[in-house]
Amino acid sequence: MGTFHHDKGELHGITVVVDVKGSRLFVGRCDTVVPEGVILLDADMHDEAVADDKGNVVSKGDYLKKAARFGIWKKHDRVLVPAEEVVSVTPLGEMA
Amino acid sequence: MYDPALVQPMRDDMTSMNAEELTDPAAVDAFMAREGTKLVFVNSVCGCAAGQARPALRIALQHATKPDHVGTVFAGQDADATAKARDHFADVPPSSPSVALFKGEELVHFIPRHMIENRDAPSIAFDLVSAFDEHCVS
Repeated sequence: MGTFHHDKGELHGITVVVDVKGSRLFVGRCDTVVPEGVILLDADMHDEAVADDKGNVVSKGDYLKKAARFGIWKKHDRVLVPAEEVVSVTPLGEMA
Repeated sequence: MYDPALVQPMRDDMTSMNAEELTDPAAVDAFMAREGTKLVFVNSVCGCAAGQARPALRIALQHATKPDHVGTVFAGQDADATAKARDHFADVPPSSPSVALFKGEELVHFIPRHMIENRDAPSIAFDLVSAFDEHCVS
């Protein structure tokens, strides 16, 4: 696709879901994938083992259903998801 | 913020399809106060996403059924106007580019950035036209 940054890889600029081992997952705009991991911008991290502000525990699947429909509320400007924890990287648009 | 000269073609792209540029909060409020159906396009410099979203809107606006009013704010360029526009769909996480369709004051359809990324303009246009057919019929 026509981005201004052709050196950053095919996922650059794409909102992706980075599922990791355990109860957490990350959603954010992929900056680049490096040997150390996946760098996300404007990202959110969801942990299905931790209750939200309202005391609800939300599964990864339910969180993703909502994210796929409306997007995510950014909580972090930049996140490096360590490569050794990454299970999958999937465009959020493919989950809608 | 990007050089205004760099983004001017992206603004021109919108105005050439008769989208009204909303560059300050007062313009947004005046636009949103209009009766009928309204589409707000949140423009962006993003080459991959906005580069498909603008042509998609151009295609969709050729459809017989379309919103009564089309306006645009430019994220990252006209920050106050963009923030004011987002006040009207405050339950939706901010993203740009994105498209919001209103019937009166009610948000009836929203296409966030991730539904634009990695898709071609005709596919996005199909989504828009489907929303027009559903919501813009008087």
